[in-house]
Amino acid sequence: MKLHEYQGKELLQNEGVEIPESRVAYFPEEAWMVSMNIGYPVMLKAQVLTGGRGKSGGVKKCRSAEEVRQYSRQMFGSVLTTHQSGKNGLKVRKILVEKAVDYEKEFYLSFVIDRNTATIALIISKQGGMEIENLSATHPESVKKILINPFTGFLPFHARTVAAFLDLWPKTAEIFNLLGKLYRIFVTKECTLLEVNPLVLTNAGSLIPLDIKIDIDDNALIRQKEILRYRDLSEFNEDEVEARFYGLNFIKLDGNIGCMVNGAGLAMATMDFIKQAGGAPANFLDVGGVATPETISRGFEILSRDGSLKAIFVNIFGGIVRCDKVADGIIDATTRHHISLPVIIRLSGSNVEEGLKTLKASRKNFHLVTDVEQARDIINTLVNN
Amino acid sequence: MSAGINESTRVVVQGITGREGSFHTRQCILSGTNIVAGVSPGKGGEKFDGNIPVYNTVSQAVEEDRANTALVFVPAVYAGDAILESVFAGIKTVVCITEGIPFHAMLKVKRIANTFNTLLIGPNCPGIIVPGTGKLGIMPTQIFSKGHVGMISRSGTLLYEAADQVCRNGLGISTAVGIGGDPIIGSDFIYWLEQFEQDPNTHAIVMIGEIGGDMEERAASYAKAHISKPVFAFIAGRSAPEGKRMGHAGAIITGSAGTVTSKETAFEQANIMVIRNLALIGQTVSENLSLK
Repeated sequence: MKLHEYQGKELLQNEGVEIPESRVAYFPEEAWMVSMNIGYPVMLKAQVLTGGRGKSGGVKKCRSAEEVRQYSRQMFGSVLTTHQSGKNGLKVRKILVEKAVDYEKEFYLSFVIDRNTATIALIISKQGGMEIENLSATHPESVKKILINPFTGFLPFHARTVAAFLDLWPKTAEIFNLLGKLYRIFVTKECTLLEVNPLVLTNAGSLIPLDIKIDIDDNALIRQKEILRYRDLSEFNEDEVEARFYGLNFIKLDGNIGCMVNGAGLAMATMDFIKQAGGAPANFLDVGGVATPETISRGFEILSRDGSLKAIFVNIFGGIVRCDKVADGIIDATTRHHISLPVIIRLSGSNVEEGLKTLKASRKNFHLVTDVEQARDIINTLVNN
Repeated sequence: MSAGINESTRVVVQGITGREGSFHTRQCILSGTNIVAGVSPGKGGEKFDGNIPVYNTVSQAVEEDRANTALVFVPAVYAGDAILESVFAGIKTVVCITEGIPFHAMLKVKRIANTFNTLLIGPNCPGIIVPGTGKLGIMPTQIFSKGHVGMISRSGTLLYEAADQVCRNGLGISTAVGIGGDPIIGSDFIYWLEQFEQDPNTHAIVMIGEIGGDMEERAASYAKAHISKPVFAFIAGRSAPEGKRMGHAGAIITGSAGTVTSKETAFEQANIMVIRNLALIGQTVSENLSLK
């Protein structure tokens, strides 16, 4: 689960980290009033759950109340499209109004989980404000990765390593204090990412996080009750939220072939196959490793709302669940949700013959196949019709 | 093959009385697995299906029934604890099926399992099957015929699909292992490549990977240096958008890292045959093996 910048800053404040004064505004007048309290210049920062806001007009420096009024009116309700937001972009509903800070230097800092070593990696760079992926590709020597053993936590020598690399040796104690707090948030809130970009050295000589991006491990939300109140469902579209509610895994994409598959890996591979066959996958939909008539019905319900589909490809590898049960579920669901689209059905596993017989007898608009390759031409024909 | 499951395997099922645990325990027994005990805290003293002793703790299963392998079906919030209970009880192979274990918990669990030299398979995996010997997991037994192809996969149903194709094309499986769809998992591709290279019963290896992380890339450079047997690879997720988690917690593209292209390039540089068509995994393996 992604947190907004202002939510991340609330966590920083609770941990006693010094940050510039700021408040969230929901209306232009509110932004204007908040800015008068804070004093100019202020930064207006659109609170949308995507990276790359700066480049797409989501961050503006304002020197007067008049500027705040003008820019906040433009920003509220506008749609930000960044390289990470998807082509539909995200609507701005909240703006963080923050005291502008003069600084000498900016740095990059993040904590992430390092898959290979089972450690927590602290990534730092002298080149703040840049995107770290690009930076590590073009200037790998300017990025340093420090691996922290989860049993020891963040230690003084880690802080010395950071200070030495960033040429901030006189600030070692401050780094130990600040990064120790950030590390504590990363661990206690069970983050998968805590990124401060930029971390700045102000003209007054203090180290301050100017922006913060936090992702919380979805698996941990069950025991992170106070984080749950931060949940912003606008990160997902409505169908994605509903799918989650039913225990399905659904991601909407732009395409013309809906698909429903059991298991995430097979679902991804099926999407790839649709693309190779000349179609465009309209979604990712994993009905769970073990597909049941109930999950299949829910899946059809969600797919039935997508008006841009030319066909639906159901790829179920039966395995432990019997294919005849799955077939009954498909007939029931397509009837109940009034599916008139062509449905390509690939079933494999136990009792597959009975399953196919039932589907055939239903005389619906089904294209039945027993292996994936047979679906290729059908997809191609349906897409080009 | 010695790793995973063999003649001396004695299994304790953690969560044996649960819905999943009890169903799959019976399936494992049918496939030939030697299940000697179960653990279900609070139900110690009962018998599962009339003959398998149920204990409150794993240590009891080790002491009373010499269990040396654990199969974990415990719910996510308790699963990390369950794995560690087995590790500290001296169990040397732990297979964890459970999905959704928090990552920060798994960081510590994995490090401890490593320290104790315990083989951890999973979590969030279908387990391991040796056709003809048995299985520790939830895969449909009937599709896995006995043979000489070793399979390693991050995904469950994609492993079934690939194994089914391999077997329909006249080949069979020596061992198939699902290593799990999470970012933090126990055994990885490299571990199993090493096992398959040493296993006289395995003549070729199929790796099923997916987007996210760099496990496949590292496996490619390992295979280049250490594997003499033919290796095939399939990677899922070429149509996945950046920044979206595709079901598996581990399957996410961030920037240029973790893409299908990066993995396939690494495989090709290691002389591993890359299969790009989902429908032709079995056929490709079969054709290329009969050429040799």
